[in-house]
This record gives sequence, structure tokens and C-alpha cells, in this order.
Amino acid sequence: MKNLISMRDISKEDILKLIDSANKIETGKIKVDMSGKLAALLFFEPSTRTHFSFETAVKKLGGNTFSMSGTSSTSVKKGETLSDTLMTISMYVDIIIIRHIIEGAARFASETVNIPVINAGDGTNQHPTQAMLDLYSIQKTQGSLNNLTVGMVGDLRLGRTVHSLAQALSDFNPTFYFASPRHLQMPAYIKDDLKAKNIKFTELEDIKEVMHTLDIMYVTRIQKERFAVLEDYEKVKDSYIITKKLLEGVKKNFKVLHPLPRVNEITKDVDDTEYAYYFQQARNGVFMRQAIIAELLNLEKH
Amino acid sequence: MKKKQLKVDPIKTGTVIDHITAGKALQVAEILNISNSESEIMVGINLYSKKMGKKDIIKIENRELSEEEAGSIALISPTATLIIIENYKVVRKFFIDVPEKIKHHIICPNPNCITNIESVPTLFFLAGKNPVEVRCSYCEKKYFIEDVKFSF
Repeated sequence: MKNLISMRDISKEDILKLIDSANKIETGKIKVDMSGKLAALLFFEPSTRTHFSFETAVKKLGGNTFSMSGTSSTSVKKGETLSDTLMTISMYVDIIIIRHIIEGAARFASETVNIPVINAGDGTNQHPTQAMLDLYSIQKTQGSLNNLTVGMVGDLRLGRTVHSLAQALSDFNPTFYFASPRHLQMPAYIKDDLKAKNIKFTELEDIKEVMHTLDIMYVTRIQKERFAVLEDYEKVKDSYIITKKLLEGVKKNFKVLHPLPRVNEITKDVDDTEYAYYFQQARNGVFMRQAIIAELLNLEKH
Repeated sequence: MKKKQLKVDPIKTGTVIDHITAGKALQVAEILNISNSESEIMVGINLYSKKMGKKDIIKIENRELSEEEAGSIALISPTATLIIIENYKVVRKFFIDVPEKIKHHIICPNPNCITNIESVPTLFFLAGKNPVEVRCSYCEKKYFIEDVKFSF
């Protein structure tokens, strides 16, 4: 692997290899040394959480970072093209981590510069390191990625993370339940991909009836501003809130995942249950990003 | 009365693009940059076809199509066939395959795609054959071929 741009580029073998190396980094079985190397964190679109996670990953590997957040103070504002900005920065650093509101910006970056590029989110398109850390979290909690029953809840239409995850899991024979308000359903192009791979999926408006069958429930936020009519939002909002009561009778291995930040879609009382896994999931993100950086930079492992 | 089939004169040597989806001939003509051509060209629109009901046809004297041109024609009209004529005789006749990869010619309909912002040539991959769908290699959005615009 030279770059990490899209889950479409990643094979099942790549996924398993990265999960294995994230696990070895987490458990201290291998030490990776990034000292003397520099990562540019180019967050043309600000994102505190992803930014911190990458910064932590680089620093824990012993590397260094420099950062840009937003476009207001940069050459972008002076009218420099993205390709010139990237070319210049690539002269200084060893790896570029880019987040941009423009779709395809990361792929374009990887074609422009001669150093590895990691996509930290491009518009509504891809966020592959999130998908990878989700997979790592699932692997850790279930012991395997194979044959799992996964419920996805909330805004499935615009939620980039659920799209990537559904596609990434489709190599591992999952059974999916997609629970969302009618106009926030999983988009047709994702469902087409799943059908083409013979993946079993069911669309529902309420996840309640299938709770006891789930291994994983992946929750995303339903944003009020996605609704044209506020009454519609009021009608559906409570059906997509995960409470402790909803979790009665779930399987022992069941876990709740969420890409964070959450607002009110998982109630606080769920945090204290053995099923809550979203904060560990964020922690797993650091190990996974360490593994990805190590792989792309071909760092020595001891 | 015997139905008169041949409405367009035959050509001596050159290429016939037959079975073009009715109404698409002018778009095909645009790909071939016919307006700047010195060759003798005949364009037939909405001609009777046993197979298709209606079809368009283009005949060009003294011209062979490049693979890229042929691929672009297939995108616009997947039913098109190419007939190579030498000395009034058909020497080859074949369907054109829709190319797996299309460089430059498709404009990505997504205004938030990098190809509409930085100067970078587009690249699309074939994503479905019936009907033809293509996927932008940058923003990864998928479109029906009818919904995209071309630039040749």
C-alpha cells in the first residue's frame, strides 16, 4: 500500500493485515519507530476529533507533526491551487494526512505528490481510517469479522461512516439490519453493491424487533437540519434513541458503536453498561492509525 | 412494392457506424469532430431498422476510427456497430465494447468533485452495462450515462 484513499482500494487481505498490526501495536508486541519523520496534518475542513487522533498516533510512534486547520490563514486564501499547496508541503514532510470538503481531494493529492497520502475524510465520500478503526473495534469485541449480524441505526443516507463500513464488512458475510426514517435510508448505490455480493440485508423503521439477534449496533446521529419539516423530525427522533432499556435481552457479545460525537442518540445510562464501546472505539482509532502510518511509511517494526 | 432499403449512398472506402441509437447521431458526429473534417460524410437520422425500429447511421469516407473514438461512441450508443468498408465491400463488422476506463471525456456532474475545481482530467470507470453506468474515480459517485455531459 502506498496511500490510503478509499475502502474501494483495499483488499480483504489489507484489512486483516492492518487489524493484525494495530493489535500488535496495542499489545506492545511490536514497536514502530517514526522518529525523525514528519507528518503534515492538512485539515482544510476542521475536525477536532480526527485531527487529535492522528496527532496522537504520529506522536506515539515517535514522529512529529505540523498542522493546518481551516483555510483562512493559508495560501489557499491567496488563491493558490490545491496542487501547488500540496506540492510545496510535500517537500517538507514524509506523509500527508488530508481532510477536505471537496470529494476526491485526497485521491487528487495522492496523484499530485510523491509521498504517501492518507484520506482523513473527503466531503461525503470516504473516511477510510474511520472504517478501519470500526473494523478493528468489531474484530476486538467479536473475535472475528465473519458472519456477524450488524444493525445500523440513524441517518443512513448521508452517514459516510455507515456506507464505508457496510462495504468493508461485505467481504465477511454479514447480515445487516438498516433502521432509519424512511427518507434517510441507505442509498441505492450501497444497496446495489450489497445485492451484487449476495449480502443479506433488511430495512426497518424500528430496530427494536431485531435487537436480540444483533452482535453489533452501529449508531449515527440524525441531524435535525436534515428534515425539511420539523414535525417530521419530532415524529421520528425518539425511535432512534438508544436507551439502557432497549438493550434488555441482547446477546452477551453485543456492543454499541458510534463514530462520535454523539448528541442525544445514545442516552447516558448506556455508558455504564457492558455494551457501550464507543469510547474504546475512539481509543482503537489511535492504534489503527498508527498501524496505517507504519504500513504506508514502511516503518521498521521491532 | 418492394421497400426501398438503401437511402444513403454506399461509400468506397471508410467507416460506417451503424445501429446508432435514434437521435444520437449528432452527438457521435461531435465525438468524431466531423465539422472540421475534409472527408465526405453522410449522416442519417431516424432511418428504418428491422432490428431497432429506428436508428441513426453515419458514413465517413477515408477514415478509420481510433480505439478511443470507438469507445466513446459505445458510451453514447451501446448498440452501435462499426463496419469497415474497402472498395465498396464490407471487410469487418463488429460491435463496440463500452470501455472499462474513460479518460477526459466525461464531465463529472458532482459540483463538489475535485475535477470541477482543480484542473485535473476526469477518469471514469464502467460501473454497470445495462443500462450503462459510470463511476468517477475521484468523488466515487455513480451516474447513468444519460445523466452525464461529455467534452470532446
